[in-house]
Amino acid sequence: MFHNLQELRHSASLANKVFIQRDYSEGTTCKFQTKFPSELESRIERTLFEDTVKTLNNYYAEAEKIGGQSYLEGCLACATAYLIFLCMETRYEKVLKKIAKYIQEQNEKIYAPRGLLITDPIERGMRVIEISIYEDRGSSGSSSGSSSVSGSTAR
Amino acid sequence: MKNCEYQQIDPQALPTPTPTPPPHHGKDTEKKKEPRRPRRKWEVFPGKNRFYCDGRIIVARQSGVLPLTLGLILVTSGLFFIFDCPFLVKHLTSCIPVIGGVLFVFVLITLLQTSFTDPGILPRATPDEAADIEKQIARLRSLCFGSDNTGNTSYRPPPRTKEVLINQQVVKLKYCFTCKMFRPPRTSHCSLCDNCVERFDHHCPWVGNCVGKRNYRFFYTFIVSLSFLTAFIFGCVTTHLALRAQGGKGLVFALQESPGSAVELVICFFSVWSILGLSGFHTYLVASNLTTNEDIKGSWSGKSGEDVTNPYSQKNIFINCCSVLCVPMPPSLIDRRGFLPTDESAQTGSADIELPTLAAKSEINVCTQGTKGLLESAALSPLLSTSCPQGKPQNAHSCPETSPALNSDPTSEFSKGCRGNHTSSSHGDTSHPRHTKARSKKCKREALHIPNPAFDVPVSPTSPDAAPDSKAGSHKGGSLTPLH
Repeated sequence: MFHNLQELRHSASLANKVFIQRDYSEGTTCKFQTKFPSELESRIERTLFEDTVKTLNNYYAEAEKIGGQSYLEGCLACATAYLIFLCMETRYEKVLKKIAKYIQEQNEKIYAPRGLLITDPIERGMRVIEISIYEDRGSSGSSSGSSSVSGSTAR
Repeated sequence: MKNCEYQQIDPQALPTPTPTPPPHHGKDTEKKKEPRRPRRKWEVFPGKNRFYCDGRIIVARQSGVLPLTLGLILVTSGLFFIFDCPFLVKHLTSCIPVIGGVLFVFVLITLLQTSFTDPGILPRATPDEAADIEKQIARLRSLCFGSDNTGNTSYRPPPRTKEVLINQQVVKLKYCFTCKMFRPPRTSHCSLCDNCVERFDHHCPWVGNCVGKRNYRFFYTFIVSLSFLTAFIFGCVTTHLALRAQGGKGLVFALQESPGSAVELVICFFSVWSILGLSGFHTYLVASNLTTNEDIKGSWSGKSGEDVTNPYSQKNIFINCCSVLCVPMPPSLIDRRGFLPTDESAQTGSADIELPTLAAKSEINVCTQGTKGLLESAALSPLLSTSCPQGKPQNAHSCPETSPALNSDPTSEFSKGCRGNHTSSSHGDTSHPRHTKARSKKCKREALHIPNPAFDVPVSPTSPDAAPDSKAGSHKGGSLTPLH
């Protein structure tokens, strides 16, 4: 068991990566598939994983939401020849910061203790949620992780 | 098209991956001076772009005809303020230079924003992602082929495409061999910029950049305000000359008194129709939530006889306009000024893993968003084959090559409805990766203006050619390394 991110880095080696792809069923808005990947079956509970992805999807929906406020912002921005984007942090950027914080928190509390690490989708061009699976490098303890993980690569 | 044979890539067998596939063949001078300086991501960006000001400004290798566009706007507006405004202020109202000034500033700002903003470039897939996608493709093929040995009667998807259902409409996603990923819907790969661009509209040589998700609103505002400016200047010049010619003096006398007005008249007369038409066309596209690319290809017009509708349209003009122009500004996905991971972190397995501390992570996030970097991020691109497809076949005939003319002339009178020709030529576009500047410039001049020495004078054919080269030369001499 890895108790925090630092331990993960020092005592574990990367075994595999799982990529959660985008869900385009509702168009080009940013949404990730909530289908539980089989490689994670032995590592984390399905509900925890789905909660994480659903929360991320909600954040992205909030960032891209079109409503009264965004119309107003759009008109104001147009009136200023969009110079306002240079001065102000856009709504999307604010939400991205919240997302980064949320992912960090999830990594610390839920994923790192299970030998997993979530990469912020913004660092992958918003295409995938990359989940890295670690196995214990040489500790006497959990060897169960390595066997289940190495099995997942052969699919 | 590359061959469809592929190998299974075992991610564990991969060499230490770096964020960018191509080798670094350009050694930046700064690195030689300070071998330990951490490198920024723009230094290893794989697309055909150059970077200045330490990644704040992004330009393409050639700036296209942006200098010509700027030159035309500056010259015409300058002549307007010098020759026409004093007379009109005296005889009409002093609002005229004010309105003209506001429009001029608006046009200039939106033009620069269109040119210098990252249009929505998608970063290329990391090697691990690419390997994962290869596995997916192998799985799909084995599913399709596995049940039927002959492969004749079972459904065979074309190589490397994926179908998704968007609002009950089947959309095919194609695999991009350069970026090694399945392109998201509405994304297209620009061959000149060598990047996949989200919600790709077209590559506009006038603006020297692709028009995509992030800068479409700037582009639209630019062409709308430019049509107002051109129409305004045209009206003012006509009024000015009419007032001067009053009292039996005649037009020739008026032109002699104000020679600049003649130049403006000619430029505006030929520009106003094309620009007004372009604005009208894009207003139609915005109202139906279409991109130029989709319109040209007829993706949703049901040409093939199927019942296809645009899955992105909200069926309401107002909502469509808002979802194109008023949607919150998406962030730039290419992190130009972020630092490359150090070698130490690369050894833990992959340079892509975000093991770095929270501080570095937040730095990357802040850099990615680039609030300040919007106007600073130039993405000028060389002329291209899939450029503004609003080019007209009529103009094509005046040019030696039809596709370059079509591709390089965005401002001809499309109102005559030559979309069919666009379709046929646009398919040939991808086979013409580049055009020489001189060729397309010639086409543009012929397309846009009747060859007339009177107005060719202020826009010297050699200067736009020379200017970008000299600019490029001077920038190359700078301390920052241009890429490729």
